[in-house]
Amino acid sequence: MDNIAGSKSSLRWAVHLSVAFLVVLWLIPTVGLLVSSFRTTDQISTGGWWRALMTAEHNLILRTAPPSTQTQINGKYVVTGSLAKSGTDLDIRVWGVSSRAIDDYTPGATAKLSKGGEITVSKDGHYRMEHTLPFTGKRGTRIFLSSALPPEFTLDNYHKVLFDPKNVEGMGQAFLTTMIVTIPATIIPILIAAFAAYALAWMQFPGRALLVAFIVGLLVVPLQLALIPLLKLHLNIGIGKGFIGVWLAHTAFGMPLAIYLLRNYMVGLPKDIIENARIDGATDFQIFMKLIVPLSFPALAAFSIFQFLWTWNDLLVAKVFLIDSSGQTVVMTAKLVEMLGTRGGNWEILATSAFVSIVVPLLVFFSLQKYLVRGLLAGSVK
Amino acid sequence: MTQLKLSNIDKSYGNGVCVLKDINLDINSGELLVFVGPSGCGKSTLLRMIAGLETITAGELQINGQSMNDMPPSKRGIAMVFQSYALYPHLTVRENMAFALKIAKQSPAQIDAAVDNAAKKLQLEDYLDRLPKALSGGQRQRVAIGRAIVRDPQVFLFDEPLSNLDAALRVATRIEIARLKESMPDRTMIYVTHDQVEAMTLATRIVVLADKGIAQVGTPLELYNTPANEFVAQFIGSPAMNLMPGKIVATGEQTTVHLDAGGVAISNISTIDADAGKVVNVGVRPEDLMLASGEFMLEAKVDITEALGEYTLLYLQQTDGAENFIAKLSGTHKELRDQTIQLMANPGKVHLFHEGLGMH
Repeated sequence: MDNIAGSKSSLRWAVHLSVAFLVVLWLIPTVGLLVSSFRTTDQISTGGWWRALMTAEHNLILRTAPPSTQTQINGKYVVTGSLAKSGTDLDIRVWGVSSRAIDDYTPGATAKLSKGGEITVSKDGHYRMEHTLPFTGKRGTRIFLSSALPPEFTLDNYHKVLFDPKNVEGMGQAFLTTMIVTIPATIIPILIAAFAAYALAWMQFPGRALLVAFIVGLLVVPLQLALIPLLKLHLNIGIGKGFIGVWLAHTAFGMPLAIYLLRNYMVGLPKDIIENARIDGATDFQIFMKLIVPLSFPALAAFSIFQFLWTWNDLLVAKVFLIDSSGQTVVMTAKLVEMLGTRGGNWEILATSAFVSIVVPLLVFFSLQKYLVRGLLAGSVK
Repeated sequence: MTQLKLSNIDKSYGNGVCVLKDINLDINSGELLVFVGPSGCGKSTLLRMIAGLETITAGELQINGQSMNDMPPSKRGIAMVFQSYALYPHLTVRENMAFALKIAKQSPAQIDAAVDNAAKKLQLEDYLDRLPKALSGGQRQRVAIGRAIVRDPQVFLFDEPLSNLDAALRVATRIEIARLKESMPDRTMIYVTHDQVEAMTLATRIVVLADKGIAQVGTPLELYNTPANEFVAQFIGSPAMNLMPGKIVATGEQTTVHLDAGGVAISNISTIDADAGKVVNVGVRPEDLMLASGEFMLEAKVDITEALGEYTLLYLQQTDGAENFIAKLSGTHKELRDQTIQLMANPGKVHLFHEGLGMH
């Protein structure tokens, strides 16, 4: 009975499980990056991102107020106050007066001090230190404690990375630069390739098949092969390193795949529709604008997603054709590489920068993905 | 008045394959001309050449006296309805119908008037704002026809417009097309089909295409009653005409043929003395055969009967098993199965073919 159409086969479960597996595989690092980007340095040092919602424990060494603040009450010298710094809360689990035994006392218990006297520490950090003799010394007594650290999320990292007026991290600038590179580098090849694909799919001219074969052949030419000659050309004709150069390079490198994808899609559009438009009096340009472009939207969307993603994530082409010694045209990928060196310990900064660099591709993908699966031709023929 | 003139038209493709050869045809204004023929006979190609979607290899196409060989489709004054409807899927019904007019830069008021008029004619008013995917097959085909009407062309071209519809809808749409033709008596329509019923019911004249050329042109009943050759005789009418070989033994006002299988056929076709002794095929339509007593034309064993209530089809096998024939008798005749029966036909319904061509 396994072969009956519509019955659940074990293969279906395999498919579901693999999909679930891939989703989890993708989600873990992405969510991790997102969560980490909202945590503080302290939070990151206490535990991994998956514990961000749990209360963490951290050990602190705090000092009581210095002996100079002692008062005499009923013949005893007393120092009172709170261990918590102003504006923060303490949630003390255990505490101690020696670094070797920080968990000797529970909140509310009284400990004997080594120099004489005793101290009582309550749960919220308030303490009362008493001695029959005056306390001496310049500094307060050290209290070792283990306190619960409540979950804390902050937008400070984003502020620091993107909007810091001094632009210390340089990510804001890099974000803009990447945008300036990516958007034209996506639109220009799509425009050119769509026209070319229409011509190669629907217009009759000698050598068309050869041209298609040539373009397919270009697909296998590695990009690295063209880096040096192309850069030389750019320098010779006066474009030099800069945005125009990188746009042209991305356009050229994206073109074979763009034409190939779009042509293959357009060639599959129903011939009758185009012939009918021809009888209706439409010129090739009108057929292209009014029929082919709207009907090719899934293919155009698919290619723009690809082109956007790999120009966004590109490092090599930007390094060769764009980034010069001025440092004004550093794209995000290059900036991230730099920061790995200079800010290698500041995970919150790195995580935030990394998330900034993936959030746009994610938005692009999720906003366009429905066009990838939607059938636009329904109802046209038969 | 002749509106379309096809002179010596040939069509062959680059690889030397010839599909149509030496087509000569005059199409009159206001006619509904139907191209029929077996699949692959080039009927759609001929239509597409008239439309301008295929180049004409040789010969000349004239519309209203003007050569159209190199004229782009839009300038030929034609509109075409495709088998697959070819609707623009991303445009609503209204936009589909308005497309050609917008291209022609007509004013919005003109466009609206033309679209509304066509929609009314085809009962599409309620669907004007729908996309094609929200329509049924019949509605889609009506939109395709509407799109042609809106342009108000001199010549309508239909390329198997009903083939994608189910049987009931096909009949309904066929009648609609007939009505449409009646409402536009001065418009010429050229209609390609492989369905005989469509051809017989719709056509002013039928063009039967076979073997790269035209087998016969004529009104439906001319083709049925006086087929020019064996191909047309067997192509028109269903089931196909029976052909029985024989030899002419008596000529004159009536012709008598002795059939090879033993029967005698008398035909009202007159022959001259020189025809005596000619080897001919005697053609009789299944519906013209009737049970005989005494003189008979055909004696055969009934192999299978198909009773359809209104009539019964008898599949006959001659005793030597050489040829199979079909007879169509009115009423129910299941009892005849496995019996040997004798059949004859009215002399007025007996056709004679000599070397494939009809004798008249």
